[in-house]
This record gives sequence, structure tokens and C-alpha cells, in this order.
Amino acid sequence: MKLNPEIDRTSWQVALEWVRCNLFSSWWSSALTLLGLAVSYWVLWAVLDWAVFTAIFTGSDGSACRIPGAGACWPFITHKFKLFMYGRYPVEELWRVNLTYVLALGGLVPLMLPRVPGKLWLSVYMLVGFPIIAYFLLTGAEWLGLPIVTTDLWGGLLVTLVVACVGIAASFPLGIILALARRSDLPLIKWLAIIFIEFVRGVPLVTVLFFASVMLPLFLPENVTFDKLMRALIGVALFSAAYMAEVVRGGLQAIPRGQFEAADALGMSYPQKMGFIVLPQALKLVIPGIVNSFIALFKDTSLVLIIGLFDLLGIVKQAAQSDAKWFAPQTAVTGYVFAAFVFWLFCFGMSRYSAWLETRLNTGQRH
Amino acid sequence: MLQLIVAVLLVWLVWATVDNTIRNLRAQGIASGFGFLWNTAGFDISQSLIPYTSTDSHGRAFLVGLLNTLLVAVVGIVLATVLGFVIGVARLSRNWLVSTLASVYIETVRNVPPLLMLFAVYFGVLKTLPSPRNSIELPFSSYLNLRGLYVPRPIWDEGIWIVLLALLVGIVAAVWIRRRTEKKRIETGEQGTVLLPVLACVLGLPALAFVLAGFPVTFDVPQLGRFNLKGGLVIMPEFMALVVGLTLYTAAFIAEIVRSGILSVHKGQQEAAAALGLHDGQVMRLVILPQALRVIIPPLTNQYLNLTKNSSLAVAIGYPDLVSVFAGTTLNLTNQAVEVVLMTMGVYLFLSLCTSLFMNWFNARVALVER
Repeated sequence: MKLNPEIDRTSWQVALEWVRCNLFSSWWSSALTLLGLAVSYWVLWAVLDWAVFTAIFTGSDGSACRIPGAGACWPFITHKFKLFMYGRYPVEELWRVNLTYVLALGGLVPLMLPRVPGKLWLSVYMLVGFPIIAYFLLTGAEWLGLPIVTTDLWGGLLVTLVVACVGIAASFPLGIILALARRSDLPLIKWLAIIFIEFVRGVPLVTVLFFASVMLPLFLPENVTFDKLMRALIGVALFSAAYMAEVVRGGLQAIPRGQFEAADALGMSYPQKMGFIVLPQALKLVIPGIVNSFIALFKDTSLVLIIGLFDLLGIVKQAAQSDAKWFAPQTAVTGYVFAAFVFWLFCFGMSRYSAWLETRLNTGQRH
Repeated sequence: MLQLIVAVLLVWLVWATVDNTIRNLRAQGIASGFGFLWNTAGFDISQSLIPYTSTDSHGRAFLVGLLNTLLVAVVGIVLATVLGFVIGVARLSRNWLVSTLASVYIETVRNVPPLLMLFAVYFGVLKTLPSPRNSIELPFSSYLNLRGLYVPRPIWDEGIWIVLLALLVGIVAAVWIRRRTEKKRIETGEQGTVLLPVLACVLGLPALAFVLAGFPVTFDVPQLGRFNLKGGLVIMPEFMALVVGLTLYTAAFIAEIVRSGILSVHKGQQEAAAALGLHDGQVMRLVILPQALRVIIPPLTNQYLNLTKNSSLAVAIGYPDLVSVFAGTTLNLTNQAVEVVLMTMGVYLFLSLCTSLFMNWFNARVALVER
């Protein structure tokens, strides 16, 4: 903190100075520091005690976890790991799920790194090619020699990722269309978009899922039926499209009028104007908002358990509550902590990526 | 031209939907209409703010669910706002430890689904509490066990009206004192103290009335019997889980909103206020907060709406809120999917609309402070 460079201080003195400035600058600050120390000591000790010192690490069923005073029941996680990841997907077909993950990462990672060229082709692969391949890989196709795996066997992280990815892939274009419609000059289209967006944003996802699971079948002709996963996907996609539309609209509003007028003056058609001039700028502006709504969507996937699908949270809950073999006081908590960690990993990863991208894009534009 | 195509498509879609629905309903033998609301519900609800028995109608069950939703929303909003402001200010603290703890909390909670937090609190903590016989004893003869939190239930005697009247008079007097001091300050520049007289009016006067009326309250204290607790006011574990889960979750978002709001006030404002001789509390109350609030209120409204909508997660832990009672039990008993789901959605839409109208009004008031 001293401005005089001549004073040669030892690192010990520097550390002491830092502690004095940042932890004990006033009596109020000192009191807060002591309180904070007490809280962090108590929390850390409780967590460590539960997760390590009194935790059970081995055992083939819940009997080891039933001893009094036992902490986390980790064998519950290790024994059920496959169930939590894939649900009841047939074991001999698991390579198909893993291959899908590899194919997804193969497209996503280069797409996410700004330096890698060929973004257009990668996007086409991720938005068109990959979904088709993934669909046949996961559900199966007799003509390829892949046995059919019905969606009621899917579960765990697989369902979470499928709902999240389909939700993201469907809500992104839908959201752009809705945002454009809301900014349209045609009154009918504009008002339809406004009504849809405001209606969906005004109701909770739970009711949208109820709508999709009990009302949608009533709306369709008798011979058309969707399976449960498909209905949940429709509900989630429509729901997050409304939120995405508002994010994109924010970007559209930030584009100066001159850009629209210049495109018109050059004689561009509406699709050309939007596709080449406005949207690329608008979307770039709202990348943080888009990632935020992806994170919200990822967290919201856990709600599909309410209509009877077994996503990661749903399958953990089911395993903790209905498997008598593993019944122990801390089984449920262990399961939820594990699920929370997986969700946290994905969401935190996305938010860090968005923050990193934001600073990168900012440095390019700052004059 | 495009509009015409859309209009034709829309009409066709609506017609096809209605036609299919009517045909499907007829095939399943379900009569449409809202008549079912007057039929006997025939199921019990574990918590209700208005008298309700299983012989009451579905319409009354709807009302019970709605009130339960509102109760959770109001309690959750108040607690989340307090906690959120505390954490948001802590996040900006110059104390390194305090700001680090606050950001660890925010980054942990924001990245976990709210439903998971509900499950952790409900199945992980509250459902592992001891049975009523081995209840945990808390101060003020309260007990905590598997069935909930038992606290003494206050029973108000007739004299309580005097206390309420005193409170009303006290509030009016406090407003008058504050107005007068403010007027005097503008005229003479004198900083009068309002805190003490206002406190005396709002708290002292009712307290005095309370003593004069001869302590018009008795408590129904929970008694630990052989197998169960008798008497007292029971707060259901489902309600506690919902309030705690939603409060912890929403507080993290409110904290970030508060932080960005305070950061949005230019540093020069604080320095100018300090240069004018205002002390720290005045700088915060008179200069920074009024400006920060303008940035904070719109996203804060969104969080309040989110909390209200997230209260529908109650259905997953069995708290009898609107979705759980009406879109759950009533729907299963009556099969009136269209009416029930639309009514439920309508309620949330209405609540959203009311909250945003109120907040717009409040926002306009705050914005007018600008000179």
C-alpha cells in the first residue's frame, strides 16, 4: 500500500500489511472478520467431518452406512453410478450413449474456441447433422443393426443432457423467430408474438409441463401420440424459447437504426438484412444473456421429474427413497450432494465460459 | 400477404385443436365446463388458512391452494430480500473474508437447481429429524421434530383492539413527526433527529397500551405428551423446506442485483457526499441507495415473480400449494384437464401482472426523485 519504493519490506511485512488493510481496518471490520472466521471454521469442519472423517467409503449395501454417527454414504454413489449416468439404458448398448457424447464434444469444443476456423460448417454439423446422428444412435434403428431402446429406459444424466440440449437447440432458433416477430411491422404477427411471450413468461415451468403432459394429448387427433419424453421436450423448448426471445430482442434493440436503414438502402431483402447485417451483431451483443438462459434451462431440466421422467435428480431421489437395500440416514443427503455437484459443474462451467468470452469480445471492441 | 397466411394457419390451428379436444373429451366421457368447482372435493388438505374440510367444494380447495401459494410467496419474498441485501452488501465489503464468503455462497447457490435445494432441505434435513417423542427442544417452549416446528400459539383477548388502535395512532403520529422534521430541515437546514420520537410512537405507544389493557394475550403452549405433541401452532416441514429453499436460492440472485445496483452509482457521488460532510450512514441512505434503487428495482421485480413461480415446485415435496392441490389432486379426481390447467396458469398470469403493475408504480415513484 505504501507508495515509496525505497522501503524494502519483507514478504512477512507485506502479508501483515495486507491482513491489516483487508481484515482488520476498523473495529467493525475486525468483528466481521472474527465472525466470518467462526462461520467458515464451523461450515468447513461440518462439511469435512461429514464428507471425509465420518464418511463410509466401502460396502456393498447400506448396512455399513447404518452405524450411528456415520457421515456420507459414498458406496451408494459408486454402486449406482451407472444408474445415475444412464438410467436403465441396456448395458451392452451403452457405447452408443458414449459415442454420442464424443460426437457432441467433437463438434462443441472447436465451436467454443474462438480461434478454430470453420465455424459455419461446425454450426451446420451441430444444428443439423449431429441431432440426426444422435437421434438414431440413442433411440436405435433396425436398418443399421442398432436395437431400439425406448425412452422409458433412458434416465439419469442422459435425460438431463438430452432435455437440455434439445431445449437449447430448439429454443435458440425459435427464440430468434419470436424476437423478430415481436419487432415486426405486421400487427397480427407482432401481437401473436407478444401474447405468446408474455403468457409463457408469466406462468411457471411446472404448469407448462402439466400443460404439455395432460392437455397436449387432448389437442391432438386420436391416432397421434407422443411419448412422455417428447412431451416434456416440447414443453421445455416452448418455455425457454420465450425467454430466449426476450434476450435476443434486447440485442436487436441495441443495434443502431442506421444499420437497418443502410441495409435497406443497399436494396437488401428482409432475410438478407436480418441474416447478414442485424442478427450477427445483435447475437454477439447478447452472448452473456444467451448463456444465462442456457444455464437457467439446464437447471430447469430437473423439473421434468414432476411429470414422471427420471432425470439425474429424479433418479437419485428414486434410488434414495425406494431402494431398501441402501436405506440409511445419510443416503439421501449423499445422493443430493452428488447431484448438486454434477449440476454445479455444468452450470459453473457455462458461466465461466460466458465470462471468459465476454472479456475476449470486449477487448476486441474497446477503443 | 404473410399476415394472411399466418391468420389462416392460426384459424386452422385453433379450429383443429378445439375440434380434436371436443372429440377426445367425448371419447373419454368428460363433460367440459366449470360445474365441477361446486362439486364436493372429498380430499383433505394438510394446511389451510381458511376453514376447510373434505366435504367442501373443489372451488374452495382452489382458494385454499391459492392462499397457501400466496403465503409462501410473501414470506419467501420478505426473507429473500433481507438475506439478499445483506449478502449483496457483504459481497462489496472491503473486508476480504466477508466478500469472499459472500461470493462463494452466490456462486454455489446460483448454479444448483432450486428443486434440488428443496429436496436437500426437505428429504435431507427435515425428514431425518427425530420422531415427536424425541423432539428437539428449542427456546420459548418450541419443539422441532419430523412433523414440523411446534411453537406457542398466541390467543388474543378482546383488549387487543386497544393495542391495534394504539399502533395505528402511533404510525400516524410517526408520519406526522417525520413530515414536520423534513419541512423544518428544508426551511432552516437543521438536521433534527427523527429516530427516537418515531420509535416511541410506533413501538412505545402500543407497548404502553398493551400494559394498560392488562396483557391481553395468552399462549397455547405445545405440551409433550407420551407419543405426540399437543396444542401449539404447527409449522409444516413442507412449508419450512419451501420457504428455506426458495429464500436461499432467490437471495443469491437478489445479492447480485444489489451489488450491480450499488456499483452502478458513480464513485464521484460518494466522494461528493463525503466532501459535503455527510457521514457514512447518510451517504448510503441519502445518496447511494436512492440512485441504486432505480437500477435495482426492475430486476428485483423479476426475482419476486420468479420466486412466486418457483413456489409451484411445492408439488414435488407435497406442500399443498395451488399446483399441488388444484392441478394435482383436483385434476386427478375430476379429469377436467383443460379447465384446471388454464385456471392455474391464469392465476400465475394474474399474479405476474399485478406484481409488475405494482412495481412499475413503485419504480415511477422512485424515478421521480431525480431532479
